[in-house]
Amino acid sequence: MYTIKTYVFPESLAEADELLQRDTRNTAVLGGCCWLKLGRRRIGRAIDLTRLGLDQIEVKDGWLELGACVTLRQLETHPELTCRFDNLLGQAVSHIVGVQFRNCATLGGSVFSRFGFSDVTCALLALDATVVLYRGGEVPLETFLGSPIAFDDILVKVRIKDDGRRAAYQSVRRSSTDFPILAAAVSCLEGKWKVSVGARPARAMLSAQAAACLEAGQGPAAAGEAAAHELTYGSDLRAGADYRRKLAAVLVRRAAQTCMEGNR
Amino acid sequence: MKVKITVNGMLYNKHIPNDMMLLDFLRKYGYVSVKRGCDTSNCGLCTVWVEGKPVLSCSYPAARADGKNITTLEGVKEEAASFGRYMTAQGAEQCGYCSPGFIMAVLAMRRELTDPTEEEIAHYLAGNLCRCSGYAGQTRALRAWMHDKPWEKEVYA
Amino acid sequence: MNLKFVNQPIPKLDGAALTGGKGVYTEDMVPRDCLVVQVLRSPHAHARIKSIRKDAASRVPGISCILTWEDVPQIRYTLAGQSYPEPSPYDRYILERTVRYVGDPVAIVAGRDKDCVARAMRMIQVKYEVLEPVLDFETALDNPVVVHPEEDWFHHYEDGGDPKRNLVCTGCDAHGDVEEALAQCDVVVDQTYYTKANAQAMMETFRTYTYLDHNRRLNVVTSTQVPFHCRRTIAHALGLPKGMVRVVKPRIGGGFGAKQTLVSELFPALVTLRTSKPAKIIYTRKESFQASNSRHQTRVHVRVGAMKDGTIKAVDMHALSNAGAYGEHATTTIGLVGHKSIPLYARQAAFRFSWDVVYTHTMAAGAYRGYGATQGCFAMESAVNELAEKLNMDPARLRLMNLPHVGENMAAYYNEPLTSCALPQCIETGMEMIGWKENYPSVRVDDHTVRGLGMAVTMQGSGISALDTASVTIKLNDDGYYTLMIGATDMGTGCDTILAQMAAEVLNCPMERITVDGVDTDHSPFDTGSYASSTTYVTGSAVVKACTELREKIAAEGARRLNIHPERAEFDGDTVFDRTHPETAITLDKLAQTLVAGVGPQWLTATASHCSPTSPPPFMAGFAQVEVDLETGVAKVVDYVGVVDCGTVVNKNLARVQAEGGIAQGIGMALLEDVNYDPKGQMVNSTFMTYKIPCRTDLPEIRVAFEESYEPNGPFGAKSIGEVVINTPSPAIAQAVYNATGVRVRSLPITAEKILMGME
Repeated sequence: MYTIKTYVFPESLAEADELLQRDTRNTAVLGGCCWLKLGRRRIGRAIDLTRLGLDQIEVKDGWLELGACVTLRQLETHPELTCRFDNLLGQAVSHIVGVQFRNCATLGGSVFSRFGFSDVTCALLALDATVVLYRGGEVPLETFLGSPIAFDDILVKVRIKDDGRRAAYQSVRRSSTDFPILAAAVSCLEGKWKVSVGARPARAMLSAQAAACLEAGQGPAAAGEAAAHELTYGSDLRAGADYRRKLAAVLVRRAAQTCMEGNR
Repeated sequence: MKVKITVNGMLYNKHIPNDMMLLDFLRKYGYVSVKRGCDTSNCGLCTVWVEGKPVLSCSYPAARADGKNITTLEGVKEEAASFGRYMTAQGAEQCGYCSPGFIMAVLAMRRELTDPTEEEIAHYLAGNLCRCSGYAGQTRALRAWMHDKPWEKEVYA
Repeated sequence: MNLKFVNQPIPKLDGAALTGGKGVYTEDMVPRDCLVVQVLRSPHAHARIKSIRKDAASRVPGISCILTWEDVPQIRYTLAGQSYPEPSPYDRYILERTVRYVGDPVAIVAGRDKDCVARAMRMIQVKYEVLEPVLDFETALDNPVVVHPEEDWFHHYEDGGDPKRNLVCTGCDAHGDVEEALAQCDVVVDQTYYTKANAQAMMETFRTYTYLDHNRRLNVVTSTQVPFHCRRTIAHALGLPKGMVRVVKPRIGGGFGAKQTLVSELFPALVTLRTSKPAKIIYTRKESFQASNSRHQTRVHVRVGAMKDGTIKAVDMHALSNAGAYGEHATTTIGLVGHKSIPLYARQAAFRFSWDVVYTHTMAAGAYRGYGATQGCFAMESAVNELAEKLNMDPARLRLMNLPHVGENMAAYYNEPLTSCALPQCIETGMEMIGWKENYPSVRVDDHTVRGLGMAVTMQGSGISALDTASVTIKLNDDGYYTLMIGATDMGTGCDTILAQMAAEVLNCPMERITVDGVDTDHSPFDTGSYASSTTYVTGSAVVKACTELREKIAAEGARRLNIHPERAEFDGDTVFDRTHPETAITLDKLAQTLVAGVGPQWLTATASHCSPTSPPPFMAGFAQVEVDLETGVAKVVDYVGVVDCGTVVNKNLARVQAEGGIAQGIGMALLEDVNYDPKGQMVNSTFMTYKIPCRTDLPEIRVAFEESYEPNGPFGAKSIGEVVINTPSPAIAQAVYNATGVRVRSLPITAEKILMGME
């Protein structure tokens, strides 16, 4: 059950920010709204950003810029994304519920909410991605995910370095459109690796040790084991911690393997 | 708040509650093909088009639809009936409760994908749950429909 | 037999309306000024209400009434949609001071719109004395915590139940000396299997609206499989004369047994009685999951013994079933666990089937397609697969050796005779289709992927023997078209269509000349309803009887108009004519007109009722090929073949879709569908986000074939199809997973986690 007292379409980010600062507690910046009705929330003012042109995907100055209102379906189908990073983002989001859902759910909503099960954050973490906040400015995604949610700020866009890195995504789900039980994203650029593990079930994190293994030439299996041991895993209704740890070793290994094959 | 929403070509100039979802707006004005099947955006029964793209009307704020064109099954009646005949020829509609949302996804897919493989079709439609049919009858209907391409011959109003 | 309509793939009569999105379901018809009804539910699994304060909530503008336990009739009843006297205990009030599961109703709130109702719901103050719940069905029996201590608990039958022990019923059915027979067997399998409280998860949730008509009768429009039982139970529970209640069933968005139990009906009905206003309730998906009914969670212990040559000599089964908080369908589902699984192997065997059904503080179970047979099938068929391995025999051959023979009595199936069975052919065909020879037991795909094969067989019934009753009226209208009136409830299955096919066959007329409508207890003839796989077989027989009688009446009435001896008159569907002088004839439309105008009128109708003394079982063989990723444990069904003997297939398309849909639900049960409660008794899988039913990318393109037997007691040789189709996937998939990995999962669902952790 949720209620909305006033619903506004600000005409600029400055206006959105001004409205948000008036009462951060009772104001909600809306994303795709797919789970709005799940919460019990009395929203004083709902801020809808969909008229600010934030649904654009742009390539400029060696960066990809993805607006907060870009939908998951755009991540899946946009030609500038499908041709990059071995279609990592497309692979990551393509299992999420269905096309109708992905036409609603947004990048901003997914990243800002920091859901543990998020495929989007798991994939972005393996890329050199930053988050641009209206007040907080540009911060690395990893930093952003590790800091508390700033309810007084607005996520404007996500930037990804257009560095041509290879990448691969792996996940295991109960039903093929379910949240992942575990997800892994791996990328590689000129011998430098990034290994991200999501749905642990806590939020996605990078495994520095797994990356180090790969950089040291110890191979995908060692990287998988490193990710399994370095990160923590928990239990929820989808799976237990021990199973997740085993999956982490396998999925990281497979993703790394795919990256290496791509590099050959 | 006040909104101007165009549904199947008809403009609705209405005051709506700020927290109304598009699904409730559409049913309120008689578009009963739009069904609710869940509370968690998982089932696809409420699929309609916003500016031609399939969305979950249960999760799309009616306010956000202000100024937009909405299409429900009632707005593509003839094409839906044409595909519907392929469904009923298989008995694949069964209880029929998921049919309108499913058909809206199918017709959107037809516009969006060119010559999709069976795997791409299944993937596109994965967000439409059906508990009766096990999907195989829907697959047969789709196969025949994609083969016949009736939309190339028929004229829809 | 030369059939024109039966055995044909005729589209469903309502197909165009359903695919056209027409407003034909309950919610689409709700009157505009309807009160919105919602139910405040218990957050505790077991508690006693100390007090409820509703004054402030009642003052919320727009609120019409708020009802609590003090406001409802103190009449015990059951919600189970079964023939009277119901075999389910009377253990409910509409609202009660004691609440017995998370979701049990505490207050009924009715108001002008959903906003005011929601506001009022938040303002009702309930003080609970929270009590210890009993949540684990394995420790419920003789637990010091008692679910139903009340003195007015009532049961029509003596079947061993004792609510003070949390025991709904207990019993045993045996033939021969099982212990002795087991002792003599060369090989014995002794294992325990667990199945979950699966949700039926039909796409249309429970919903009802009610109003008083000009005669102040309570009209109930509801999404139900059992309109006549509904009428009786509503009248009883509300203390009304039965004549004061009318139930109407429009199109239904699926049921699968869930709607064989009343769920949403009584709440708006009571509101309408108290306010005289129309009222509606639409269940949310969450309510549908956690406050309705489900499959009975079951533990089945099986001992099955055989001689070295594969002859099964002993079957011993004990089933423990979780009724949940209330006993709907508890005493009857349990019977099918054994009675529909053991007969397949009891031909030369001593058997014993014993059972206990217990109350717990979880949601009440009810009817779900398969109705206990599904649980029994998982246990029995898994045990037989394990037996085959111990005997070092092909499991298909083991079954072929032991199956019952046509013409014999089946001691384990209420001693009913087996009058038709093509199960051996189903097995042979299925083996061919799945590639048994090439693929059994498993094939390696790559270094970490193996495909395993598994199979299972099953039987169900066709209606409840000597109980299920169907009546059918067929009317000849002026202009020569017919109205077929039935009380059986089409819930998407297409029974309106297949019954019209039978009518068209008997009356030898095009389908277009027959109209069929939904059910209205004021106008439709009595039918127990659509459950227990009864409609094709029981109602179908009544259709044949009624239409045959009408045919005769038409011929006789034609003879009278033609002034010929009735024995010379013949009716060919269009014309009544003199057999010896065919030019002496009267067309049906002419005859129909003269029957309702002028001298000697005789409006023709025929009504027939049917009840079958036996319940001929349909059979099915199911074959699964499952691909397992040995590193992740992920199992995917890559091929599923179901071969069905439902007697004569009345409608090839609809039977096929029934089978495909049933198999899909069975695959969901096998791999995905999990119901869990937290330690306080809150269901944790109560949305489609957490309770996963198969989506299309989870399933292979299910393949179905038919091996038609001819059932002499069925209409045109038909038996049932609705339920038998859900049973085989769980045991077949479990066996396929074993053949791929060496891991036996005996507790559903078979998750990737169980498989991988089992491989250690």
